[in-house]
Amino acid sequence: MPEAKYLLVGSSHAALEALRAIRLHDPDGSMAMLTRDAALPYSPTILPYVVSGRSAPDKVLLRDPGFFAANNCAYVPNARAVSLDTKAKAVSLETGEVWRYQSLLIATGAAPVIPPVKGLDGVGYHVLRTLADAQGLRSAMGAAKSAVVLGAGLVGLHAAENLAEAGLKVSVVEMQTHVLPGYFDAKASDRIESAFTQHGVELRLGRKVVEVAGPDCRVTLDDGSVIAADLLLVATGVRPVTDWLEGSGISLDKGVLVDDLMRTNADGVWAAGDVAQATDFHSGSQALIGIIPTAVEQGKIAGQGMAGDPYRKEYPGGLAVNTYRFFGRVALSIGRATATEAVETVESEEGGYRRLVLEGNRLVGVASVDQPFDVGIMGELIRRRIDLSQCKDAFLARPVETGRRLMSEQWR
Amino acid sequence: MGAAFDSITFKASLCDGCGDCMTSCSEAKGGEARLSIVPGAKAGAFELAICRQCGDPKCVQVCPSGALDKHAGSGVIGWASDKCVDCLLCTAGCAYGGIAVDASVSRVAKCDQCEGDPACVKSCPTGALEFRKAGSIFNEYGGKEDLFVPGLSGCQGCNSELIMRHAMRKIGRNAVLATPPGCIPGMGSVGYNGKTGTKVPVFHPLLTNTASMLSGIRRYYDKVGRKDIVVMALAGDGGTADCGFHAVSGAAERGEKILYVCVDNEGYMNTGMQRSGTTPYGSWTSTTPVGEHMQGKTQDAKNLPMIMTAHRCRYVATASTGYMEDLYEKLDRAIEASFEGFAYLHIYSPCPTGWRIPSSKVIDACRMSVDSNFNPLWEYTNSTGLRFTRSPDNALPVAAYVKMIGKYRHLSPDQLAHIQAKVDEQVALLKLMAAEAPPPPAAHRAPAGSSTPAGADLSQSARREIARN
Ligand SMILES: Cc1cc2nc3c(=O)[nH]c(=O)nc-3n(C[C@H](O)[C@H](O)[C@H](O)COP(=O)(O)OP(=O)(O)OC[C@H]3O[C@@H](n4cnc5c(N)ncnc54)[C@H](O)[C@@H]3O)c2cc1C
Ligand code: SF4
Ligand code: SF4
Repeated sequence: MPEAKYLLVGSSHAALEALRAIRLHDPDGSMAMLTRDAALPYSPTILPYVVSGRSAPDKVLLRDPGFFAANNCAYVPNARAVSLDTKAKAVSLETGEVWRYQSLLIATGAAPVIPPVKGLDGVGYHVLRTLADAQGLRSAMGAAKSAVVLGAGLVGLHAAENLAEAGLKVSVVEMQTHVLPGYFDAKASDRIESAFTQHGVELRLGRKVVEVAGPDCRVTLDDGSVIAADLLLVATGVRPVTDWLEGSGISLDKGVLVDDLMRTNADGVWAAGDVAQATDFHSGSQALIGIIPTAVEQGKIAGQGMAGDPYRKEYPGGLAVNTYRFFGRVALSIGRATATEAVETVESEEGGYRRLVLEGNRLVGVASVDQPFDVGIMGELIRRRIDLSQCKDAFLARPVETGRRLMSEQWR
Repeated sequence: MGAAFDSITFKASLCDGCGDCMTSCSEAKGGEARLSIVPGAKAGAFELAICRQCGDPKCVQVCPSGALDKHAGSGVIGWASDKCVDCLLCTAGCAYGGIAVDASVSRVAKCDQCEGDPACVKSCPTGALEFRKAGSIFNEYGGKEDLFVPGLSGCQGCNSELIMRHAMRKIGRNAVLATPPGCIPGMGSVGYNGKTGTKVPVFHPLLTNTASMLSGIRRYYDKVGRKDIVVMALAGDGGTADCGFHAVSGAAERGEKILYVCVDNEGYMNTGMQRSGTTPYGSWTSTTPVGEHMQGKTQDAKNLPMIMTAHRCRYVATASTGYMEDLYEKLDRAIEASFEGFAYLHIYSPCPTGWRIPSSKVIDACRMSVDSNFNPLWEYTNSTGLRFTRSPDNALPVAAYVKMIGKYRHLSPDQLAHIQAKVDEQVALLKLMAAEAPPPPAAHRAPAGSSTPAGADLSQSARREIARN
């Protein structure tokens, strides 16, 4: 029975950071990384660029075999975990193989949610989460003339842009009244929406799909209208991959529940990344924040804990972050950028749109369109709850410059 | 040896906000500057945003394309434009604005340290930006043989031990070393029980005759044709400035080809912390106590390196372990000069035991002594005159330095004002000497048959140095 002191399930951002953190503290302990994928590690975030053809599938790999050799870690592809026995400390794979561990990291990320729409399972639809999905979409796109995208979140909009740029007639259906809800307020999303409209993408906001019919994909909306298309992409959100943990005794809510050291309720089991439900910075309760910055931060903390690194820090809580490019333009958002209640907001429309959100002279969120700012600096101001009362006028007028100044001072 | 990295440092107190660094960066790189000077909290103060080439870089960790990578050799975080997909996630990783959108191309841009020759640093007129090369020094010398045995019995945090080990690592085995009485032989470098504590020939002259003995050794080696050997002293300030001074002065006057390194810890520390000629005014020592009748030393220190310039030595310099790259460059030049004439290197060495500073603060004290002009860094050659190797302008008040050090704890405001005045006077004098540096003195070639070292033929390194300035 194969065995590893450190067993990492998943091979994406969270698992890779855990690997790094473990090796910083323990260069020798046996380690294995199991992944459902056939390929070496890659990021799901790169997939829109694979779809567009900008990034070749063999150029997006984040590590090479030499890396795993140098780090003394067995990389095991095509290894889908199907169950976990926390008493025996063992993970069973679809292949029948069973891996034993001393410390386990659950980093299986998230997978697309398929909404319960009538007729959907009868048609061939696409999703976008794996390299295979991206390659499939890219080749289908070549043969198609029109497409419907369900969902105007990050994945849906990226794909809609790809499809439109490839010359397809694209419609996007979104339940909410604006695109990228949660990240941008109405004024910001208006700008994004008009860019899509200008590029010929039809946005059907505030609409639900009630039925999908094959074979060439006719999508009926709740207002009775029908869109016909020869390609359908479902991008209505993601859900943590926890199916293999059913019955293991690991506490699950929407994702795997973890404390501020990324420990699950089971001895020797950690979780990190999109699969984990960890503390949310603002609310203090456990929430899903499925983005790379939280995945790497959690992965690092988990890795430190697994290796017993005494210098580990507690998770400060996740902040929503979005750096979004659309048709060459920039939209950025961090923290509670859309908040309206019990906060002070300062909006400006000079040379792009900007919205600063403060609470008691402390920054809690920022968003902008066509006006880049240092997202990481704003994130630190929020996380460190820096009191801005001494420099508030300067900050509101020149947030980039003042933010740089504040962080330069913090450094010394 | 593991890799250490050079880095760009910023001293906010020196920056006057001229923006020359940004101009030269955008010229060097095309597009927007990759560092930005921004107004500070107070009027006239400035701050800097630049990539800090982090050891644990978050920009690299969040990048989904593998476009960012920390170079194992240089430590620079490189950006591969062909892999980058312009997602801007890296800007969310960086807490310092070190990777940001360059609006001219709508892509990210970051500092690449100009392949080890930063344009911004070269253009900074105040010295606020510096390229610190301690990393390169470590990479080059860290693996070289340490020429002292392990376990010398210096005090914890002893700066003199640091100086000895650094100097001999740099100089190498081809040396004969004199260590007159003081902490240096006292901690075991001359050895015990018939074995030396040094891996080069070492001897223990009297306090009074170090330079004379070295003169003889050098002359003998010259006679037998061994012109490749560095004949040198690692001596304390007492053995140099006081009881050994006549021998040092005589050897310098005769132009003996010796490398004389004075490790100045401002007193006879080895024998119980008595005052010496280089002990500064106001210092507590066991012979200048603090009590009812006395408040530390009542005389000013003599400035020995300045005295040595009056000997028209081939090379004279001051140095500090707070500025290692400067120390290493001076060692280079001093070694070279010692084959042509008398080379004198005066290295300041805060003493944790005798000065009453925590051993963890010794290097801070070294830095602060330079930054406050208490110990300005300069060098002199008899062909090029004197020049500062760190600007003495915009110095910190000397109070910031003395307050770190226990031997000054009792100072009255009057005494402090006196020390500040002496520091200012000393810098003014040095500036005068620097301003009056002689032109390359081809005309002053010594007559044939003269054994006084000639001032005319510049060594290659001095030429390079002149060209650089
Ligand atoms: C199209 C798209 C665009 C995105 N854009 C952004 C963006 O702009 N910014 C941002 O911050 N985030 C973005 N994201 C989200 C981001 O990619 C994720 O937050 C991040 O990848 C999470 O990393 P992770 O390691 O937690 O999990 P994942 O990246 O989901 O990786 C999960 C890993 O687990 C493996 N795995 C899954 N199930 C099993 C199993 N049963 N057994 C073994 N292995 C298994 C998978 O093969 C994979 O290696 C985007 C995602 C997509 C799909
Ligand atoms: S903008 Fe480029 S370098 Fe930065 S994270 Fe995205 S792909 Fe990486
Ligand atoms: S080192 Fe070069 S790239 Fe970096 S800030 Fe200076 S000039 Fe710009």
